[in-house]
Amino acid sequence: MTFLYNIWHNEKSREIIIQIFVLLCIGWFLSWLISNVDANFKALGKDISFEFLFIPAGYDINQYLIDYNNRDSHLRAGIVGLLNTGLVAVFGIILATILGVTLGIIRLSKNWLASRIAYWYIEFTRNVPILLHILLWHGIIINTLPHSKNAINIADISFLSNRGFYIPKPLTENGIELVYLLLVIGIIFSVLFFKHAKKKQDLTGLQLPVFWINLSVIISLPVIGFFVSGLPISLEIPVLKGFNFKGGMHMSPELAALTFALGIYTAAFIAEIVRAGILAVDKGQREAAESIGLKPSKVMKLVILPQARRVIIPPLTSQYLNLTKNSSLAIAIGYMDLVATLGGISLNQTGREMETMVIVMLIYLSVSLSISAFMNWYNNKVKLVGR
Amino acid sequence: MSNNVIIAAVVAGAVGIGAGYALFSGQPTQTVEKETVTSAPSGAGTLDEVRARGSLNCIINTGLAGFAAPDDQGKWTGFDVDFCRAVAAATLGDADKVNYTTATGKTRFTKLAAGEGEILSRNTTWTFSRDVDLSQTFVGVSYYDGQGFMVPKSLGVTSAKGLDGASVCIQTGTTTELNLAEFFASNNMKYNPVPIETNSEAQELYKAGRCDVYTTDASGLYATMSSFDNPSDHMVLPEIVSKEPLGPVVRHGDDQWADIVAWTLKAMMAGEELNITSSNVKSLAGKDNKNKEINRLLGKDPLQGVSKLGLSPDWAVQVISQVGNYAEVFEKNLGMSTPLKIARGANQLSRDGGLFYIPPIK
Repeated sequence: MTFLYNIWHNEKSREIIIQIFVLLCIGWFLSWLISNVDANFKALGKDISFEFLFIPAGYDINQYLIDYNNRDSHLRAGIVGLLNTGLVAVFGIILATILGVTLGIIRLSKNWLASRIAYWYIEFTRNVPILLHILLWHGIIINTLPHSKNAINIADISFLSNRGFYIPKPLTENGIELVYLLLVIGIIFSVLFFKHAKKKQDLTGLQLPVFWINLSVIISLPVIGFFVSGLPISLEIPVLKGFNFKGGMHMSPELAALTFALGIYTAAFIAEIVRAGILAVDKGQREAAESIGLKPSKVMKLVILPQARRVIIPPLTSQYLNLTKNSSLAIAIGYMDLVATLGGISLNQTGREMETMVIVMLIYLSVSLSISAFMNWYNNKVKLVGR
Repeated sequence: MSNNVIIAAVVAGAVGIGAGYALFSGQPTQTVEKETVTSAPSGAGTLDEVRARGSLNCIINTGLAGFAAPDDQGKWTGFDVDFCRAVAAATLGDADKVNYTTATGKTRFTKLAAGEGEILSRNTTWTFSRDVDLSQTFVGVSYYDGQGFMVPKSLGVTSAKGLDGASVCIQTGTTTELNLAEFFASNNMKYNPVPIETNSEAQELYKAGRCDVYTTDASGLYATMSSFDNPSDHMVLPEIVSKEPLGPVVRHGDDQWADIVAWTLKAMMAGEELNITSSNVKSLAGKDNKNKEINRLLGKDPLQGVSKLGLSPDWAVQVISQVGNYAEVFEKNLGMSTPLKIARGANQLSRDGGLFYIPPIK
């Protein structure tokens, strides 16, 4: 008895006992869930099998980043869908970040009009559900742009219609290697020059025009190579053939609508996060920076934003995750992402709801965790090192 | 928390999961089923469930003119809806005792399997894998359909073979995607699919010119076209690229219920064959007819097995008097007098050149 009494009254062993008990409860609950599913599936005469992943999908997908045709497997169709999800998430995150940071800064502007416009934009955008944004942008694109026969012609090489945006596709020919080589050299030079300039500034305080020099090197070297090796890039220009444009690169109205909607919607949240981050920086920092004669743009770039970043990054991560997950609403407008392919048509063709849904959920989970892990790494890099 | 504690906790968790699972999987399946809160509907006893509830739950389309669409008073009407009403009349004696649940092409089988309805009456194509692999029972064909293409007349296309390179709007979650892929591949043509979840959204895209073509079952195309402002600006191309026998579906495992649904459909067709209509059924049921098949169908003469189905002898009278025979239901919802203007075609009795051949009622 005294032994048990001692165990319970020892803080450490009590902790362990309670945790074991809680884990037993969780384990019991999970096994109950699993056995419930199992029993219900048995009652319905269904089994759980993933063999369907390897039979031909039989349907076509309108946008594929890797080769795909309807004889490929459901698994490949799912991967094509996942890449489409990834594509729209990346586009959306880029747009949302640029727009969001800009708006967040404008929102704090001393210019009354600019600040009000940003305010109204944010309040309007973030209080309307994302699905409506998606349908609105899709509706605008397909209803206001002309049909492909009357497409808006941009310099005879690019065309804008309600079937999407067509631009020329660069095709590489022999001799392109020199251009690539010079591009790599340009980038290496830029990195070295950047380090050199930083060192010089640390030693002497002299600032070199790093940005402009690097930019011109990175652009001019490959351009020189391009002419030297005899113009090894040709353009495949989209042409109207039959019902649609053929050739060139194509951005579908669905991808465009989804990118705009996700980017613009998420930007409103990012703007508020950025504003919060900037306001979290002590105003003495700004005053000190101004007092040593820095221009307002430099104050923002060199003093305020680096400190605000620490506050901004954790909530920003969850906005990126939200954007990625919200992209599953693509199904509303016919953009063939992961949910539309594996979680939609494959599900219907094979009738494997449980299996497809489990796979789709696990994929979203691992994508989200990857983004999260990357942002944590970045956060650790920029966080306040003990001073 | 120290490392030791973490390890202990993990071990305990694993033991917990193992113990819990052993606890359950050790027991006979029967017990588990009783304990489960969200138990799937069991096989038998569907008729008893319906009778006990006093109404039939029927899964229908979210909206397809002529097949299942709300009228101006918000009441569901249509060909598929009338079939639900017919089963309610046969089992409950009242065609109005139906609760409708709508389902998209994607959710319909899940909803049926989950017990949200006793019948799936939603222009559903009978295929091998749906019948066998998904554990459902197709009880018959109520409408012989086939996948077709609708185009604006202004497109200047008169054959589906001229659609190379077109953008095609598809209603997803059907056999449509596969038929489309096969048709275009076998004719060495390319296309750009635009898959849409519901019929109404697909219509909007088609009308806005996002697609050149809209494809689904021909019946669905006529239904969609009839709801346009200018139906005559559009046409259905002559090619029918698939076999789509549409019919009601029930869950696997209750043969009695499957028989009831199957013979309700056949009774409606037999009604047409025997010239029994909603207006004359009552008088035919009251007298002794020369054609004994009429007597048996209407319960005048004994028909072996009706009580085994759990139905009252006048079940067919209820169906035909309250809903009508097959021809009446077809003409009322889809026929030439409706905006859909669908010809009977294959959907006639075999004696009239169609595909319906009804087993004898004896």
